[in-house]
Amino acid sequence: MDVILTSEDKVIIEKLGSRLTQCEKVKTNLIPILQMIQEELKYLPPEVIKMVAKYLEIPGSEVYGVATFYNQFKFNPPGKNPIKVCLGTACHVRAGDIILENFERKLGISEGQTTEDREFSIERVACVGCCALAPVAIMGDTVHGHMAPSKVEGLILRVQVEHEKAERERQKIESDRQ
Amino acid sequence: MVQILVDNNIIEAENGANLLQTCLENGIYIPNLCYLNDSQEPFAACRLCFVEIDGHPVAACTQKVSEGLQVQTDTSAVRSLQKTAFRLLLSVHEIKCKECSANKRCDLQRIAKFLKVGLKPKGLEIRLKDPGLDSGHPYLIVDQNRCVLCGKCVQVCLQKHGHSYLTFAKRGFDTVISGYIEPDDIPLTFSGCTLCIDICPVMAISLKEGIKS
Ligand code: FES
Ligand code: FES
Repeated sequence: MDVILTSEDKVIIEKLGSRLTQCEKVKTNLIPILQMIQEELKYLPPEVIKMVAKYLEIPGSEVYGVATFYNQFKFNPPGKNPIKVCLGTACHVRAGDIILENFERKLGISEGQTTEDREFSIERVACVGCCALAPVAIMGDTVHGHMAPSKVEGLILRVQVEHEKAERERQKIESDRQ
Repeated sequence: MVQILVDNNIIEAENGANLLQTCLENGIYIPNLCYLNDSQEPFAACRLCFVEIDGHPVAACTQKVSEGLQVQTDTSAVRSLQKTAFRLLLSVHEIKCKECSANKRCDLQRIAKFLKVGLKPKGLEIRLKDPGLDSGHPYLIVDQNRCVLCGKCVQVCLQKHGHSYLTFAKRGFDTVISGYIEPDDIPLTFSGCTLCIDICPVMAISLKEGIKS
């Protein structure tokens, strides 16, 4: 599960490196530092773990151990279409796990990961507060109730079709311009 | 010196000594996986060392000895707690004794024999990690399906070096002992220290091929 840094990522990491020097070099600063980095970068790639370890002069393993303990820290970049599958009690009873599995299979990634093109990411969440619609999945800001395997396919297809459409339009504008 | 009563045996010990260590030193075996001798802050993670004091279950490794302490190590309540904890450990452990380098020197085999439980935990779902072999550490390989998460490796490394180059990572069923990549310009190289390898009760840690001790 190697994350490939984009050039934007690299720019942000560089900036973060200089911001780091303003933080006091104490171990108790570890979590605030990680939080600050995640706020900017949205996730913590290995490069960042190493950077923080070096700055605080502690082993990388220690940083990694702390970071992986907390749910708030992510190790994969968020997708443009973040998918959250609810596995709260009601959704669990209505087979939310099958929905999760469908997303995972369809996108070829597991929960917590992001597709290579950074288009989709999958996360599991607990009750999102609309149990009557169980099983529930959220893509971007839209809640999708009464999920079924066929709907999983439809949702992903829709994004892909929209994508292709936008791409075609872009190409058209470009060729018109010439 | 104080006197304590363990299963009707009178034992003399230093006031404030560790109960688990005192029992073990006096030939009374209590199953245990995570206690390091003379540890000031016992980790108390394996939950195998239960004994009964005043009708309550107590992890022996967290109990200090004091005058007149009465301890029972062999009540049915104690055994049932130990068996449950042990069976849960086995449910995430890959049973391949014949091919295992720890065969016959393994603490799990010893405890299974002592508690008279089989190595296959009946009625529990087996959950193994995939992949089981973790070579993320620069010179160590950790067999995650053998590891019992006792944390002794982390503790000895910390004691010796002031920092631990092994750590608990993740949470719940996903918890692993992990060594993480170090900054590129301060690479972690093998210094000859094999404390973590030697302390492991199930020999889950080994040196990568080509690295000599
Ligand atoms: S359990 Fe899924 S919305 Fe409540
Ligand atoms: S030895 Fe006491 S809890 Fe592990």
